[in-house]
Amino acid sequence: MSKIAVTSEGPSLDDQIDPRFGRAAGFVVVDLESMGTQYLDNGGSQVLAQGAGIQAAELIARAGVSCLLTGFVGPKAFRVLAAAGIKVAQNLEGLTVRQAVERFKSGQVEMAQAANRAGR
Amino acid sequence: MIVAVASGKGGTGKTTVTASLAAVWDQPVTGVDLDVEEPNLHLFLHPAMAGCEPAYLPVPVVDEARCTYCGACSELCRFKAISVMGQLLLTFPEMCHGCGGCLAVCPEQAIAPGKRELGEISWGRAGAAGFLSGRLRISEAMSPPLMRLVKARLQQMLAAGGGDAIIDAPPGVSCPAVNAVLDSDVILLVTEPTPFGFYDFQLAWEAFSPLGKPLGAVVNRAGLGNDAIYQFCREKGVPVLAEIPYDRAIAEAYARGLIIAGISGRLQETFISLRDRVRHLANSKAPRQAAHA
Repeated sequence: MSKIAVTSEGPSLDDQIDPRFGRAAGFVVVDLESMGTQYLDNGGSQVLAQGAGIQAAELIARAGVSCLLTGFVGPKAFRVLAAAGIKVAQNLEGLTVRQAVERFKSGQVEMAQAANRAGR
Repeated sequence: MIVAVASGKGGTGKTTVTASLAAVWDQPVTGVDLDVEEPNLHLFLHPAMAGCEPAYLPVPVVDEARCTYCGACSELCRFKAISVMGQLLLTFPEMCHGCGGCLAVCPEQAIAPGKRELGEISWGRAGAAGFLSGRLRISEAMSPPLMRLVKARLQQMLAAGGGDAIIDAPPGVSCPAVNAVLDSDVILLVTEPTPFGFYDFQLAWEAFSPLGKPLGAVVNRAGLGNDAIYQFCREKGVPVLAEIPYDRAIAEAYARGLIIAGISGRLQETFISLRDRVRHLANSKAPRQAAHA
């Protein structure tokens, strides 16, 4: 079973991708075989003064996902995601969660080698 | 006695007042630059430096051979400086505030204190006055930990040599500014009678008056703007201890790195009077009721 997480502005496949990773509203976790979804609220990271990216990475790592689809990831979050063995696809803002997942399933997204945002 | 010179708005004349006050102080005194992000008191006091040393913050270094990945440290840390996921442990020393909580909570004593350089502390003498200053390392994001170390050294200096201290505080009303005034006996708020000056003066009053310390105002560039600050001070019972006129000669002296108390008899009198009024205010019994009490 393979699960991926997508940063999302809302709980469903038809919500827009939240371009931010650490301070995303939440994550739609998608089971690629059944297309069943689960929503992880990320409000706890949004209110942190610092370390939102680290906490968000911990959250999706605990959910057991193998890949993350998102807009932008900073260097500290990228370090946690890499250590947890989660692949990252960036620059997917502007799509819905469903569109991003379909693009991923058809092999049209590129996996990032590094963060695409400066840290704070 | 410790006098903190703070402001709210930047560029109102904290350093000008600190340097002049130190110059007319008639007791042993140490001038302290706690604006560690951009220290500039030395440009006016021209101290002969006696020493300088790096300052460090203790950050967690984990011995993974002893770690059981219980996650107690990660759960405790408010700043995400240490992360435990399953059998995976990561530390982010640049995020650490140095509270020592992870070291205390680790049941295996697997965490030892490492160090992150915060900047440097330097000291010396400026004529009869002592001098102490902190300078934050470039790219270091947190100034309060360095400020606490500078203040600890000040306490050592005062314990050994006695005397008073005048602290040049950073601008603003957030953690660094509050940190700079926290251990003072009296707070001087330097302001200017412009709308911007007045707005930030109110913020500074709101931030510092709950500390319950005697608080007075110094109006710099007096003659500019309007009388809103004077009205506010009357309403809140904040004494206006001195006025420094809006005068080109003062700006020129400042630009040359001069202490303005030394450029005219009148300004010298202004600062001698300020010195006496600050001392009187600091010794006044019954400090203001803390606003939140």
